Amino acid sequence: MQKPEIAIVGGGPAGLSAALSAVRQGAEVMLIDRDPALGGQLVKQTHMFFGSKKEYAAIRGIDIPGQLMAALEEDGKGKFAPVLNTTVLGYYDDGVILADREEEQAMLIKPQKTIIATGAAEKMLPFPGNDLPGVYGAGAVQTLMNVYGIKPGARVLMIGAGNIGLIVSYQLMQAGVEVAAIIEGAPKIGGYLVHATKVRRAGIPIKTSHTIKEAYGNKSVEGALICSLDENWCAVPGSELDMKVDVICLAVGLTPQTELLWQAGCEQKYIPELGGYVPLRNEKMQTSLPDLYVAGDVACIEEAGSAMVEGKIAGLYAAADLGYDENVEEHYSSFARELEELRGGPTGAKIKQGLSRLNGGVEQC
Amino acid sequence: MLEKTGVPEPEQIKKITPSEERLQKGPVAVVECFQNIPCDPCLYACRHGAIKEFEDINDLSVIDHELCNGCGLCISECPGLAIFVIDATYGEEEGLIKMPYEYLPLPGQEEEVNGIDTEGQAVCSARVIKVQNTKALDRTPVVTLAVPRQHLMRVRSFVRKGGE
Amino acid sequence: MRIEEHPIIDFKRGKPVSFTFNERQIQAFEGETIAAALHAAGVRVLSHSHNLKRPRGFFCAIGNCSSCLMKVNGVYNVRICVTPVREGDRVEMQEGRGDIIAKA
Repeated sequence: MQKPEIAIVGGGPAGLSAALSAVRQGAEVMLIDRDPALGGQLVKQTHMFFGSKKEYAAIRGIDIPGQLMAALEEDGKGKFAPVLNTTVLGYYDDGVILADREEEQAMLIKPQKTIIATGAAEKMLPFPGNDLPGVYGAGAVQTLMNVYGIKPGARVLMIGAGNIGLIVSYQLMQAGVEVAAIIEGAPKIGGYLVHATKVRRAGIPIKTSHTIKEAYGNKSVEGALICSLDENWCAVPGSELDMKVDVICLAVGLTPQTELLWQAGCEQKYIPELGGYVPLRNEKMQTSLPDLYVAGDVACIEEAGSAMVEGKIAGLYAAADLGYDENVEEHYSSFARELEELRGGPTGAKIKQGLSRLNGGVEQC
Repeated sequence: MLEKTGVPEPEQIKKITPSEERLQKGPVAVVECFQNIPCDPCLYACRHGAIKEFEDINDLSVIDHELCNGCGLCISECPGLAIFVIDATYGEEEGLIKMPYEYLPLPGQEEEVNGIDTEGQAVCSARVIKVQNTKALDRTPVVTLAVPRQHLMRVRSFVRKGGE
Repeated sequence: MRIEEHPIIDFKRGKPVSFTFNERQIQAFEGETIAAALHAAGVRVLSHSHNLKRPRGFFCAIGNCSSCLMKVNGVYNVRICVTPVREGDRVEMQEGRGDIIAKA
């Protein structure tokens, strides 16, 4: 049985940032990820990030894991151990983690503190024909295009005009794939408007108050019927449009992957603004179980920038609570300020509202 | 409405358009970002202090056109690809637009293209004057187009002639 | 279906490998997953639903959703979207839930 001081489940932006923060405090960290490489969803983000230049703004997502890993190699000498191709299957009552290592025996790990940074999974949308080959999640389309360099198809219907729908549409154009339209059920575009402007000048129509009625095709997607919605989100009769596409890409939201937290017995609450069921946490990103911390999309659906700052806080306190508490107040103040800045505008207001509801009216982190 | 269509309204564009007096002095940058989102790289990109200091990271980026010399360093730093440099002094009938362009193939110098507006509609014929694609631009090439002067605040991208 | 030139990414393909899908030879590159390699070869239908036999393909492509299960080298229920392709792999469409009890 392995007994690291801190185990971090998930090597995406939150997990990597947590690891860096923890090793800098002096703690020993084991970072476990199910993929063959670290970076989580960052490895597919070819676009420049927003946020503060002091963090990773104007740097492409794909370049961020390399920077974090270089820092980990430098600051984590002898203290940082990445464990790849390993899926954490459970977190048990006795604080033991069971992990499945590809083609090897299962691993048992008993850390003193654990940070869960497992991110989120894509939501599905119910409509007739949604099981046809060619109906793909936005992450799947990004994986094919940006990781394996393979076109998902020839002509795509994008469902969802949040940041993911807008960005992936832009990336499809960059990969040489036509985007027939972006449709969005809400009356307004949910993502950053500069992303929307970028795809409009590329000639991609954005149809708000529209939804998909059905997908059709013999062995795979050959087309879709879309229609417009009235102010009650009901289909407007006679408004159907036939879109000839071979890929229907769903970018309809993310759900935190909280399975391990449920199993561990963390208190969770359903907060729509934060993406669904999310764990209760304090300003240290500590859950109702004192040895379990969270960071990133599993804590609330937001941006990679905030995921990284939450990771820094979780890593800081997981280490500090083990006694590695040098300058903890100073570091925390600076991280909290960064998070407050990122959430200071209208786009962050929803998150703050959700967090306020989560904590029963007491606004924290 | 920008929130419905993704296309900036004429009033929004007018607000960030430099004065005719300033346009006659030489190239100048315009920032077409109208939403309060947490973002500040443009502030750090400008060497001339032409971008007003933010009080809050969510503030809109405002360019002081008197301090801006149109160098264009900010173009490839904007994650939203929302900054353009226009030069109304290029010629009698023509002006120049410098724009970010992250597609392939990149056009060749002197190539004739169709200038397109924020709705993706072809507006005019345009001529490629320069294509910059240095390492410092980190894969956001900057293309300079010559367009009829009246389209300087309209053309924001282009397509190759002969259908692409 | 493979992208030759990309404005941001330089795709460095691994060495060429070949495998079979339902006994058809398919060319791929080391580093690709079986799902990616099949998709590049134009194979979209990976299985059929148990009762109505409706065609199925992958959905999430990162190992979450179980849409892509196939039989690989005799082993059923392999998530091909997270399984790297290897030279000589025998990939077959599986019908139904597959047999997970090893035969003596």
